[in-house]
Amino acid sequence: MIAFKVNGKKRVFKGAPFTRLIDVLREHLRLTGTKEGCGEGECGACTVLLDGEPVNSCLVPVCQVEGRTVETVEGLGSPEKLGVLQRCFLERGGAQCGICTPGMLMTAQAHLRRGGKSDDASIRQALAGNLCRCTGYRHIVEAVAEAARAEGKR
Amino acid sequence: MKSLQKQEKFVGRSGLRREGPAKLCGLARYVDDLPLPGCLHGVTLRSSIPCGRIKGLRFDPAFAWDECVVVTAKDIPGKNVVALIEDDQPLLADGRVRHPQEPIALIAHLSRARAYEALKHVRVDYEPEEPVLTIEDSLAKKRLLHGADNVFKRFEIVKGDVDKALAESDVVVSGEYRVPHQEQAYIENNGMAAWVEKDGTLVVTGSLQCPYYVHKALMKAFGLPESKVRVVQATTGGGFGGKEEYPSMIAGHAALLALKSGKAVKIVYDRAEDMAATTKRHPAVVRHRTGLSKDGKLLAQDVEVVMDGGAYVTLSPVVLSRGTLHAAGPYECDHVRVRASVVATNTPPNGAFRGFGAPQTLFAVELHWEKISQSLGIDSLTLRRKNAFDLGSTTATGQKLSESVGARECLERAALRSGYAARRKRYDLWNKNPRNRTWRGAGLALVHHGAGFTGSGEVYLASKAGVELTRDGRVVVLAASTEIGQGTNTMFSQIAAETLGAPLDCVEVAGPDTGRVPNSGPTVASRTCMVVGALVRRACLQLKDELDRAGRGARDAAALRRAARLLCGREASRRFIVEYEPPPEVRWDDASYKGDAYGVYSYACCVADLEVDKATFEVRVLRLTTAQDIGKAINPLLAEGQIVGGTAQALGYALLENPVYKDGAMLNAQLTNYIIPTAPDTPPIDVELVERPYSRGPFGAKGVGELPMDVPAPAIAAAVFHATGLWVASLPITPECLCREFHDRF
Amino acid sequence: MRGDPGATTVLRPATPRQALDALRREPRALPLAGGTDLMVSWNAGLLGGRTVVDLSRLRSWAAIRSGRESVVVGALATHAALQESAVVRREFPLLVAACATIGAVQIQNRGTIGGNIANASPAGDTFPALAVYEPLIQAVSASGRRLIAFSEIFAGVKKTTLCPGELIESLELPFLRPKPSRQLFRKVGTRAAQAISKTVAAGLLWLDKKGTVAELRFALGSVAPTVRRLSAAERFLAGKRLDADSIAEACRLLEKDISPIDDIRSTRHYRLEVSKNLLRQFLEGR
Repeated sequence: MIAFKVNGKKRVFKGAPFTRLIDVLREHLRLTGTKEGCGEGECGACTVLLDGEPVNSCLVPVCQVEGRTVETVEGLGSPEKLGVLQRCFLERGGAQCGICTPGMLMTAQAHLRRGGKSDDASIRQALAGNLCRCTGYRHIVEAVAEAARAEGKR
Repeated sequence: MKSLQKQEKFVGRSGLRREGPAKLCGLARYVDDLPLPGCLHGVTLRSSIPCGRIKGLRFDPAFAWDECVVVTAKDIPGKNVVALIEDDQPLLADGRVRHPQEPIALIAHLSRARAYEALKHVRVDYEPEEPVLTIEDSLAKKRLLHGADNVFKRFEIVKGDVDKALAESDVVVSGEYRVPHQEQAYIENNGMAAWVEKDGTLVVTGSLQCPYYVHKALMKAFGLPESKVRVVQATTGGGFGGKEEYPSMIAGHAALLALKSGKAVKIVYDRAEDMAATTKRHPAVVRHRTGLSKDGKLLAQDVEVVMDGGAYVTLSPVVLSRGTLHAAGPYECDHVRVRASVVATNTPPNGAFRGFGAPQTLFAVELHWEKISQSLGIDSLTLRRKNAFDLGSTTATGQKLSESVGARECLERAALRSGYAARRKRYDLWNKNPRNRTWRGAGLALVHHGAGFTGSGEVYLASKAGVELTRDGRVVVLAASTEIGQGTNTMFSQIAAETLGAPLDCVEVAGPDTGRVPNSGPTVASRTCMVVGALVRRACLQLKDELDRAGRGARDAAALRRAARLLCGREASRRFIVEYEPPPEVRWDDASYKGDAYGVYSYACCVADLEVDKATFEVRVLRLTTAQDIGKAINPLLAEGQIVGGTAQALGYALLENPVYKDGAMLNAQLTNYIIPTAPDTPPIDVELVERPYSRGPFGAKGVGELPMDVPAPAIAAAVFHATGLWVASLPITPECLCREFHDRF
Repeated sequence: MRGDPGATTVLRPATPRQALDALRREPRALPLAGGTDLMVSWNAGLLGGRTVVDLSRLRSWAAIRSGRESVVVGALATHAALQESAVVRREFPLLVAACATIGAVQIQNRGTIGGNIANASPAGDTFPALAVYEPLIQAVSASGRRLIAFSEIFAGVKKTTLCPGELIESLELPFLRPKPSRQLFRKVGTRAAQAISKTVAAGLLWLDKKGTVAELRFALGSVAPTVRRLSAAERFLAGKRLDADSIAEACRLLEKDISPIDDIRSTRHYRLEVSKNLLRQFLEGR
C-alpha cells in the first residue's frame, strides 16, 4: 500500500508497487490530463510535479512516491476558473492540439514558482524537456513570460 | 477592405481557442483517455523483414492464448484492403510481406502489458526475398514490385519548348537536390478504439484527420453498408498529415479485434511503433536544368522529380501531383517541363505530411537560385524580383493568375523586415575576421502553395457542409473537418457568427461524427478554411435569409430562440447543407495536366539568419523572418500559430530530422534519436501577415496550413551556404555533412 | 508501455545494510536510483521478470558533504542537486556544466550521479568532467567496501568493474590546488538541449609562470566504448610551450586514445574532427 498526496488530496494505491506514476494517475485516479508521448523521458508530455519539481511520470514507479506530493494539470484550475498560467496560454495561443499542454504547463509552473527568469532564452531553456510539434514554441514562451509578469504584479 | 474590416465583429480578430479551456485543464479526451470499462488492448504483430513470403505463424504452446483474442487476415469479413486510391494495401498481410513493419496479425488482451508479452510468443516463418530499398534500385528494376517498371505514377507538365529554350539560353545551370523521409512526430501517437453496437453498427473513435476516409475503408473491409459504420473523432493530438490515411488501418485492426472478441478494443501505439510503422514524408531526388539570360531572366526550366513511395500506392499519386505542380516555383517562365514519378520500394509506405510533396520540390527550386546566383553573379533576391509571379502571370500549367497574388509583396516585406541585404553585408564582414568563432549567413526563399485539392479534385470530392439551428436556439456548424490543433473549431465559429450576425457563444461546432455531420472531405491540403469554411459561410447565408425572412435576426440568444421556434416547427432542428460548386472560371484538364491547377495560391517568403560554429559545425538559427500571403486571417493568432509551428517543423526538416534506415526499416524510431526541435533549438520567429483577399474564400481567406512548411528549409540551406561557402544540397544539413564538405574542400 | 508491473518484484530496503543484503541474496537484481535509464528499458518491455531493488529510501546516500580537501558526493545525489550545491559550483564547475546538459530539468531532477556511472553509457555526459577531476569511488557490498579510481570504473559499453551485488555509495572529489589556469566543458549533441552527445569534452590546464604546460588533463566522451583521457597528448605537452607545432602534435596524438565510430547519431569522421577542433581551441586559449 502506497500513500501520497495528489493535488492536495490524500491517495492510497494498493496495486503493484512498480506501477508507473503515470498509470496510477490516469488509470486508477482517472486523472487523464497527464499524457504519455514517448515512454523515454524525452517528450515531457507526462510531466507532473513531485514535491514541487518537474519529473517525467512515465519514468517514476509509484513505490518511489510514497509519502510525497504530486501535482498534475488538474490541480491548476478549471475551465470556469483558469489559473493565471492557463489563462495566459489561452490568450496567447500557447495550446494548439493540446497534447503537450499539461506537461508544458507543469514545467512552466515550476519555473515560475522557482522565480525563474522570464526572458526568452531562459524560458526556452526551462521548457527544453517538453516537446511541442504544433506551436514552434513562440506563443508558449510568450504565455509564460506574460504569466511571470502577471504573477509579479500581484 | 479596411472599412469592411471595421464592420467585422469576429472575423479578423484573435478569438480565443474554443476548446482551449478543456485542453488547458487536462479535460479534453484523447482516445487513450476514453473510459471504456472492460476494453481489451490490441497490439500488432509486424513483419521483421522487408520482403518475402510468410510460410506460417507459430504460437508458443506454453503461452496462455486462451486469455487472448488473435486475428489474422482470414478473419476479415469483407475485402482485405485499406481502401484509398488503389486498393492495393492489405489490412493484414496475407501470405507475403512487402515492407518491414507490415501488419500480419493482431492480438488483444485485457492487460496492455500482457498483450505486448504475447507478441513475443509468436514466431513468423518467412521465405525472404531480395528487397528493393532505394529509388535508384527501384528505377533500375532490381526487382519488379509494381507493374512493368516499379513506377506507381507519372506526371508530365509541358509548357513551350524547353529544349529549344535551353539551347538558346545564355547560361544553363544544373543541380541535384535530395530530401529524406520526415516523421510527423505529433506528440499524441496514433490510436483507435472500436466496438460493435447491439444493432450491429461498427463504431470507431480515435485520433484522426479524415473521418470519412476511415468510414469508407471500414465499409469495404467489413462489407458493411454506410449506415452500419460510424466514425467519431476523439480529441486529436496533432496530425500534420500523419493521421490522414494510417488511422484507417488502425481502425480496421481495432474493429477486427472488437468483432471477434465482442468487446471494445483499444489500439494505442507507443512511440517506437508509431515511428517505425506509420507513414512519413516521401524522400525525393529533384534535378534542375535552368536556362537564363545573362541579366537573370528565367528562360527555361527542366525539372525531373523522383519520389520514393514505399511498398504500396496509398496517397503517392496525389503527393506526386502536388510536388509536380509546385516544382517550378512561383516564377513566370515560358518554357517549362516537369517530369515526375513515384516509385515502389520495400519500405513502409510514405504518405501525407504537411506540404504533401511541395516542400520536396520547392526546396530544390528555391535552393537552386543560389546556384544560379553563383553562375550569374547576381544575388538571388534580385533574380527573384525579376521572375516572381505577379498579377497576370502564367504558371507552368498555363494558369493565368488573375487575383490575390502576393508573391512579390511577401518577398519585399520579408526582405525589408529582416534587413536582408544589409545583414548579408554585415555577415560578409564578420566572416572575414578569422578570430570569430562562427560563420554567419542569411538566406531567403519564396514559395507558393495551392490551397485545396489539386485540379479537379474538389469537384470529385463534392464536399458538403452546413449549419443547423436547434429548437433551443443554438447554431451548430456541421462539417467533417477535424480540429487537430490548427483551430478549425474557432475559425468555423467565427465565420458562422460573423455571417449570421450572431453572438459567438450561440455558435458551436459539432464534433466530427459520420453519424451526424455531412462529408465535407478530408482535413488536409490547406482546404478547411478556404474550401469548407466557404461552404459553412454559404450555409450560414441560407440560414440568415430564413432568419431575416422570419424577421427575427440572430442578434442575441433570445432572438435566436424565438427564431428557432418559428423555423424548426416541430422538428428538433433545421439544417442547411450546401455542396461544393466549382467556380466556373476554373478549368483543368487531367489528361494534359494543363489549366488551373488550384483555385488560388498562397505565398510565403522566409529569411533565415544563422551562424555555424567553426569548431563543431553546429548550426544555430538566430532568427527567422517570414511574410505570408494567406488572403485573410480569419483569426490572426491562430494563423500565426500555424505559421510559427510550420516554420519550426521546417527548421527540423532542414537541420535536425534525420531518419536512418537499414534494410528498409527506420533505425532511430525513438524521440531520443529522431531529433525534433526543442524550445532552445527554435529561434524567435517573426511573422508578417500579408492579406491579399481571394474572392472565393470566406472573407477573402486562402489556405495557411501547409504553406509555412514549404519555405524555411531552402532559406536555411541558402543561409548555410552564405555563411560557410559549403554547398550542401541534401537535407538535413547536419554538422556531419558540413564537416565532411569542409574537409573535402580544405 | 510494454513492461508489466505485476511481473516485476520490487524490494524497498530502508537502510544500506538491507539493500546490500538484498543484493547479496539476488545478485541479478537491478538497483534502481532515479530510474531515468532503467525505466526507459522497462517501458520498452526489456526487463520482464527482473527483480528491482529500489534505493530511493537510502536518504543518506543523497548527501553532498564538503570537507577540507575534498567533497563527498553521495551516489544518489541528483544532477539537479549537484548544480545547486555551493561547494560543487565553486570547486567543480565542469561537473555542474555537465549536469546541466543531461536531458532537461525533468531528468536532472531524477537522474543520479551514481546511477549515471553505474549505467556506464559511452555517452555519459558527466564522465569527461569526472575523468579530469579524478574522483575516488566508494563501492560497497555485503562483504565489504573498496575504493575504485574513476579511471578504473568502466569496463566497456554499459559495463563497469563493479562486482555483482556491489553498489556505488559515493564519490570523493579532491579540490584542485592550485586552481587550473584554464578549463573547458563542451558537449556537442544532436540539438541545442536534451541531446545525446556526439562528442563531449572536459579539459583542465595548468600553466606555470613561464607559460609552459605544468599539467594537462583532457577527456572525451562518446568517442570510444568508455570515456577516455588523452594520455598521449597529455604526456607529450607536459613541460612544453603551447605553440602551433606542439598543439598540432597534440591534436594528432589525440587519435591514439580514442576510437570513434559511425552510429545513428553521428560519424567517426565528425567525432574525430570535432574532438580535435575542441582540443585545439582549448589549447589555443580561444
